Amino acid sequence: MELSAAIAEAFRLLFSFDAGLWNIIGVSMKVSLTALLIATPPAVALGFFLATVPFRGRRLCVIVLQSFLSFPTVVVGLVLYVLLARSGPLGELGLLYTPEAMIAGQALIAFPVLAAFTLAAVQGVDRIVRETALSLGASRWRASLTTLFEVRFAVMAGVFNGFGRVISEVGCAMMVGGNIAGLTRSIPTAISLETAKGEFAQGIALGFVLIVLALGINALLNYFQGEGGMK
Amino acid sequence: MHEVSKWRCLTAAALALLLNMGSANAKPAGGNELRLATTTSTEASGLLGVLLPRFERDSGIKVRVVSVGTGQALKLGERGDVDIVLVHSRSDEDRFMAQGFGSLRRDVMYNDFIIVGPKDDPAGIRGQQNAASALKMIADKQKKFVSRGDDSGTHKKELALWRDVGMTPKGGWYIEAGQGMGEVLTMAGNLRAYTLSDRGTFLAYRGRVGLDVVVSEVPGLFNPYGIMPVNPARHPHVKHALAMKLADWIVSPAGQEAIRSHKVDRQSLFIPGAPPK
Repeated sequence: MELSAAIAEAFRLLFSFDAGLWNIIGVSMKVSLTALLIATPPAVALGFFLATVPFRGRRLCVIVLQSFLSFPTVVVGLVLYVLLARSGPLGELGLLYTPEAMIAGQALIAFPVLAAFTLAAVQGVDRIVRETALSLGASRWRASLTTLFEVRFAVMAGVFNGFGRVISEVGCAMMVGGNIAGLTRSIPTAISLETAKGEFAQGIALGFVLIVLALGINALLNYFQGEGGMK
Repeated sequence: MHEVSKWRCLTAAALALLLNMGSANAKPAGGNELRLATTTSTEASGLLGVLLPRFERDSGIKVRVVSVGTGQALKLGERGDVDIVLVHSRSDEDRFMAQGFGSLRRDVMYNDFIIVGPKDDPAGIRGQQNAASALKMIADKQKKFVSRGDDSGTHKKELALWRDVGMTPKGGWYIEAGQGMGEVLTMAGNLRAYTLSDRGTFLAYRGRVGLDVVVSEVPGLFNPYGIMPVNPARHPHVKHALAMKLADWIVSPAGQEAIRSHKVDRQSLFIPGAPPK
């Protein structure tokens, strides 16, 4: 049976620490984590700003932000590609087909997720938290931090959600990364290649890694939420 | 009773779907449908778009195309997931036939591989009379070379050329893309790198990628395509009679003329028949 043979070979590749396989996992982790690290601070700040500061056009901003949630990743890839291609406005930077280009793409993809989660969480938090903090003599800055601390689990859920979106993303990674072996070949682009080659073992092994990552991250989220997750 | 049969139907459909997952062609073909596995080069060069409508008109047979690398196209044939394969990797085709997966093999057409690269030719290989030694010059000078890296017929051809000069290409200059011919040409254009391409796809992309043909029409670069119906002795469910109609038609005067008539910039992409010896 071909499937069981492929699965057995998948485990062999994983646990013999096959260099090619682990290199791919490394690329994925490095790119996705860096992208989140870059995207999270400004995205959380934007979400918080939109939730707490009233201004003209705020509604429009919220609508735009939320519609970016369903923005196709290949379109992000296409836009970045056009910008970074040799004939494009940023072509001189030579960033096309580099991990940096993938990081930029993934940061753009994760940004709306992070901002929208923060926005929803801060909107949902009781106004009393902020007002209490202010009445207890906290500065505006301090009161904001208190509010953010209150919604830390929701923001964290946003981070994990964003991670889930970028670690499994294939369209943008393929277009701006180019799926170059050892350099920009990530888990999803490798799976897509191995399937095209009819080499299912490596694809399945990488699929397992993705699933284990998803499980691990949800377990981590659950652990951090601890008692705070209970209501 | 009615409910039960409906559920049975749904379950059967779901099972069929599950069983078909993993093979590229998930739809079971209907009565007058033929499943053809072929390489990305025939699809990307636009040849199938000319060929298949004519065949469908002449025969009344609908052709469903799975276009993948030669390696996977052959695997689809070996597993009986398709009825016929049209590929270009002569040694693999001979193995496919020797193992009894195909009922017969016919020479359909050929084109040639070419080495393309930046217009200023940084490795100085323009006009080389030997493809393999031209690649060696690229390697020796550490100029960028993009490899398909996807187990396709073109990739296999490239690896065979490296073997000819006893090299295993490695290093920062050697970029394994793991993508189709069109993507690789685009990538080579952007990176100002060399690559090995089939002429058909290159002609279709030439205007966009800013690369020149630097080595062509030298021994070792011919690229023959063969068509092989899947052997019904191996896979009784394949539509061998329909597959034979396509195999017969494609080498008939009508089919060969259709191949010759497919041109880009007034140049034929494929030459009907077998390549010169």
